[in-house]
Amino acid sequence: MLDKVLFYFFAGTAVASGVLMVTRRNVVHSAIFLITALLATAGIFLQLRAEFLFIVQIILYVGGIMVLFVFVIMLVNLDVALQQIQFARQRWVGLFVALALAAQVSFMFWTSGKMPGQGLPVLTAAAATKLPPNSEAVARSLFESYLLPFEIASVLLLVAMIGAVVMAKKRA
Amino acid sequence: MTNPIIQATIEFLKAFWAPLLCGVAIVAVLPLIVGYIVLVERKLMADMQARLGPMRVGPHGLLQPIADAVKLLIKEDIIPDNADKLVFWLAPVLSVGAALLSLAGLAIGPAFQIAQDINIGILFVVGVSALGIFGIVLGGWASNSHYSLMGALRSSAQLVSYETAAGMALVSALLFTGTLNIKSIVEAQSNEGIWFVMLAPVAFFTYLVASIAETNRAPFDLPEAESELVSGYMTEFSGFRWSLYFLAEYANMIVVASVATTLFLGGWLRPFSKVHELPGFHLLNLLDFVPVLLMVAIGVYCLQRTPKQPTRVQQMFMFAVAGLCFVLGLVLLVPVVVPIAKPFYAGIHGGFWFILKVSLYIYFFMWLRFTIPRYRFDQLMRLGWHFLIPLSIVNVLLVGVALIAGSYFHLQGWGLLLVTTPAAIITLIVAFLILAIEKEHGAPQDQSAASDFYAG
Repeated sequence: MLDKVLFYFFAGTAVASGVLMVTRRNVVHSAIFLITALLATAGIFLQLRAEFLFIVQIILYVGGIMVLFVFVIMLVNLDVALQQIQFARQRWVGLFVALALAAQVSFMFWTSGKMPGQGLPVLTAAAATKLPPNSEAVARSLFESYLLPFEIASVLLLVAMIGAVVMAKKRA
Repeated sequence: MTNPIIQATIEFLKAFWAPLLCGVAIVAVLPLIVGYIVLVERKLMADMQARLGPMRVGPHGLLQPIADAVKLLIKEDIIPDNADKLVFWLAPVLSVGAALLSLAGLAIGPAFQIAQDINIGILFVVGVSALGIFGIVLGGWASNSHYSLMGALRSSAQLVSYETAAGMALVSALLFTGTLNIKSIVEAQSNEGIWFVMLAPVAFFTYLVASIAETNRAPFDLPEAESELVSGYMTEFSGFRWSLYFLAEYANMIVVASVATTLFLGGWLRPFSKVHELPGFHLLNLLDFVPVLLMVAIGVYCLQRTPKQPTRVQQMFMFAVAGLCFVLGLVLLVPVVVPIAKPFYAGIHGGFWFILKVSLYIYFFMWLRFTIPRYRFDQLMRLGWHFLIPLSIVNVLLVGVALIAGSYFHLQGWGLLLVTTPAAIITLIVAFLILAIEKEHGAPQDQSAASDFYAG
């Protein structure tokens, strides 16, 4: 029962703050709701016993990227931004994408024959000790099974970083 | 029993009543601890400036924190007119909540851990305590004041810069353990018989500097630089909200000190803890009596001061403090002397050593604060990006190489020093090289417009 209540709490928070993030007019409020959504998602990761993913979500997305987001928001002049058009007007495209996504998700639930939140691992300490340590499992799959994609991704990120530095540098 | 929410609540309480109780205890006691840390800081500052510090409330100002707390609680709570009310309300709570939550991952002794043993322990503590920055940034923004916004901007820039260096320092210490679990980290140091501060001194130094910057302490307290920004992000906060920020700052200090203690200074281990497990008498085992002697010494000093107190109440109070010290000394003595109480040795003495190390780390923070003048913002950024981050990356690399060499020669414990010391020396040489290059073509470019923006 507890796992179900927690799941619906996290899932509900994530969805509600996602909606609020899109509809708020104040950019900082949007950022706060995005943070809430990310944290709620992290909670669901934790419930799935993926504690490494949980903490990486918090450190990287909330503690790293969102801090930079908020930092940039504060540098932008909000009064000017408020007078500009804030919402994209592509209603029909948006409706189509949303419907397609909803169809996909409902098809997934229909084929699995389960309700959301069903079949979650129950929170008992005894079951947790039997699982292999999570961070080791992640490291194993990254550096053994998927070494090449991992390296390619990191080189890609390095390229982006160096590109940003080159573009930001003043031409002497 | 049909109501699922009540059922879930009962289930939750059954499974987690112990950590819950510990958490409530921490939340209740922490403000008091923080209050006394502040008193120690004021006393220390007074001592270094040849003054007496708070002396009026209680003997030697021992009740000052309580008076301060009452004053802060009954102060008027002011919210600026154009402030964003909700965010203004949320920000200090966020700050203090993150700091308190990260305390949950810490282990004060082998037997005392607030949360259950989590295998991402150290990452949890570091990651969650970093969330406190949102409290500062949002608070600065919500106050609708230029000083506050400047402080918030500085704070986030500072945290983002120094978190990288701190993370790299943690990585080079974690290379020795191969685990993120807090208990296993300390056990690894116990098995090796050597603390990681000896094996990775450069990482410890990097973490020390970065942790001062992350907790916004002097000499890196630019977010609240009173000579430039009134008091930075908390300019518009008063009364209880202000004290929440204060609480968060000191709780963060405790967190970073605990992380450094766990990773680098052997956690709850006594110096030469391996000798304790050996059979027979060893001279180094007399170290077990150090905690007792320390307590007795403080008690005797208090007794000696008792007759010099001006009023009868203050004399009684001093007497009580001395008694408390003697009782603590007795508690620490029993597991060493009485054979039946031996199982409690690790718990009681572990707690003592952990708290002692954390206190020394915090003492060092205070010492620095009263010794070194504040940095300029561009100097701070340069130190972070141009010196600490390259240094810590080189250090991770060299520690890794040293570890591979160590496993090649089958080195363990103190033997590992044979490979890690050359690595540390090479890192030091690299550091001086970086500094030399910096000096050559660093200074004139620093006055650019980009960094002047934060200068207030």
